[in-house]
Amino acid sequence: MDQHNQESHAAVEVSPTRRAFYIGFINGVMGLIGLALAAPAAIYLLFPPKLRKEAEWVETADLSTIPAGTPTEIAFERKRVDGWKVTTEKATAWVVRKPDNDVVAFTPQCTHLGCAYHWDDASHTFVCPCHTSVFSMDGKVISGPAPRPLDRYLTKVEAGKLEIGPVIAHA
Amino acid sequence: MRPVVDWLEHRTGIESAIKSFLYEDIPASAGWHQIIGSMAVFFFIIQVFTGSLLAFNYAPTPGEAYNSVKYIMTDLTGGPLIRGLHHWGASMMLIIVVLHMIQVFIYGAYKKPREATWMVGVTLLLITLGFGLTGYLLPWDNRAYWGTVVTTQIASQAPIAGPYLLRLLGSQGSVGNVTFSRFYALHTVLLPPLTMILIGIHIYLVRKHGVAAAVGDTAPKRKFFPEQVFKDTVGVAVAFIILFIMAIVAKVPLERLADPTDTAYIPRPEWYFLFLFQTLKFFRGPLETVGSVVLPGVAVLTLFLIPFIDRGPMMRLGKRTFAISLVVLAAIAWTGLTTAAVVTTPKNQESAEDTETPATETPEAAAPAPASSNATAAAPSTAATPTPNPQSLTPAAPSATPGPAWQRLTAEELAGLGLFKKQGCTGCHPVGGKNGIGPNLTKMPKEHRNVAWMVPHFKNPSQVVPGSMMPPVDLSAADLNALALFVLTITPQNEAALLATPDFATQGALVYQMNHCNACHQIGGVGSTLGPALDGVGLRHDRAWLEKHFADPASVSKDSIMPPYKFSPMDLDAICKYLLQLPKRA
Repeated sequence: MDQHNQESHAAVEVSPTRRAFYIGFINGVMGLIGLALAAPAAIYLLFPPKLRKEAEWVETADLSTIPAGTPTEIAFERKRVDGWKVTTEKATAWVVRKPDNDVVAFTPQCTHLGCAYHWDDASHTFVCPCHTSVFSMDGKVISGPAPRPLDRYLTKVEAGKLEIGPVIAHA
Repeated sequence: MRPVVDWLEHRTGIESAIKSFLYEDIPASAGWHQIIGSMAVFFFIIQVFTGSLLAFNYAPTPGEAYNSVKYIMTDLTGGPLIRGLHHWGASMMLIIVVLHMIQVFIYGAYKKPREATWMVGVTLLLITLGFGLTGYLLPWDNRAYWGTVVTTQIASQAPIAGPYLLRLLGSQGSVGNVTFSRFYALHTVLLPPLTMILIGIHIYLVRKHGVAAAVGDTAPKRKFFPEQVFKDTVGVAVAFIILFIMAIVAKVPLERLADPTDTAYIPRPEWYFLFLFQTLKFFRGPLETVGSVVLPGVAVLTLFLIPFIDRGPMMRLGKRTFAISLVVLAAIAWTGLTTAAVVTTPKNQESAEDTETPATETPEAAAPAPASSNATAAAPSTAATPTPNPQSLTPAAPSATPGPAWQRLTAEELAGLGLFKKQGCTGCHPVGGKNGIGPNLTKMPKEHRNVAWMVPHFKNPSQVVPGSMMPPVDLSAADLNALALFVLTITPQNEAALLATPDFATQGALVYQMNHCNACHQIGGVGSTLGPALDGVGLRHDRAWLEKHFADPASVSKDSIMPPYKFSPMDLDAICKYLLQLPKRA
């Protein structure tokens, strides 16, 4: 401990082995504490919240009110778990009823960047106003930057009423 | 790496700045007793870190704060740990700050030229207490609410300044939105940067005057790094391990939602304020301000002025007997007052609720069997509670043995139970002693225990109970009445059993109500006697008879004047099962 006395510093220096031990200890312990804080923080921020409720089926329009062969926008109310709240919000879907009464309900967002697209009667396509993605009546991409066909809701028809369920993202 | 460091050093001088900080000269007599200051800084960093994480998922309004804390505690992985670290970290930080002050005090390290360092330190202690006080309100549970009511009332007693303080805290009239926002702003916006600035000044002053050496320490100085930093790190590690274990093992309380109408609640401050709370009990009437304002004020002022009161030269620790006895006396007084406060605290109903023990089950609640029969499938299952299997559809058990709890309800009350479940009331008012967002319905104050109070409350909750988050119940007048009648029947003893009522019974009662069967019939002595009473009807008739009777009463009962009833298959099933299970009246 005292052989370092004559060094330029007037202060006492510890021996090199002790010094190495101290520094190793400080770095090690601080590293562990950092990890013990960072890991729970990452889990806390990145893990999805435990879902309290599955998405429900919502009864929407009478199937007979939807004209066959023309996409129709329908509005309905659905419940959504939003953080600490379950909110009831207005949602819409573009519903296509085929002549054989088969029904497809598209989510109203373009698969490119989420803009609301609309049905263009003249061109007989779904057109997105943002980046000119164009989809056919069955949701397939005709042109534009959209990476995948339109997403759909699960649907079922019960007692003549169209019921809309959770969204199934197009693979 | 080296070139990067060199570049940074050349442009910013950061490396030499860190080095000059770490290679500070400290006296040879410095050592383990001086690690506490670093530990305090470490805990402040932990609080900032965990507090920021909590803020990411916290909604700072009285309407949503509680729900978001609950969300952190139940829905988020790691949420309870983060909140635990913040909650227990606050207590530990205060302990460490106080220990730091005691160390400086008994060593007399506040003496000339370190008076300013001491005074900044006392300010930091007060700010730490301020963090505790303001953070206490933020979960917005009963504990938070009532604790703050008492605190702000104490502030209001301050001579002259009282009313202004109350206005400043936004607590005129009552603790609500304004107080909440101000406490939140203090806790997260104002105090943290203020603390950082003061810690900076505090450390700057420590560096300016150097770490206080023991009397007669003329040995060559040593470097702060790495030996003293090693000792600091050991202290930090030990404290952190304790904190981490606390955060995992000890449950952070979250009582039920703040309820300004809860007259049964016994407010208590956080443990470190209990001594002040207890002191208040010794002062009554006009002397009350002595305990609430004057004494604490004098104590704080004395603390500030200590360097000017004790101006003698530094002395050996062995000679600081007066200072040491003062600390011992203060510790004894603090412990005595705190113990007295703890001992005299009546057990809060809340704490019993907090333990989450299931409500004592009444025998009838123990009925549920694994749902296997398809009889239950026919009944609409809207409730989240497990549906007990209706044992059989044979006539009800003789009334001598006590039947299920629902059999003791009138049809209207039972219909109310059906509405209670359908409206999702249990979402906020859970049973079994669990904490919910809404008040525990078995503990309603007496003045609310009547239909006249309850029905307007259902229609427009926030108008009857200001600040209530309960959504209005949108039902017909008759249904609201039934719902109120049911709520009045809930007791801690029967709530679990009632909520376990099978759906056929509630549904059947709803059908019974909807069709005004009571206009001619009686159940349990309630209703008209125009038609036969329906108690024990299952002993007289079977299901097939009942169904025929509903379709065409005259076909099975010649002189019946009852009109035919055409129910939907579901309703028919429910009302038949319900009626067949009605016990014979004693």
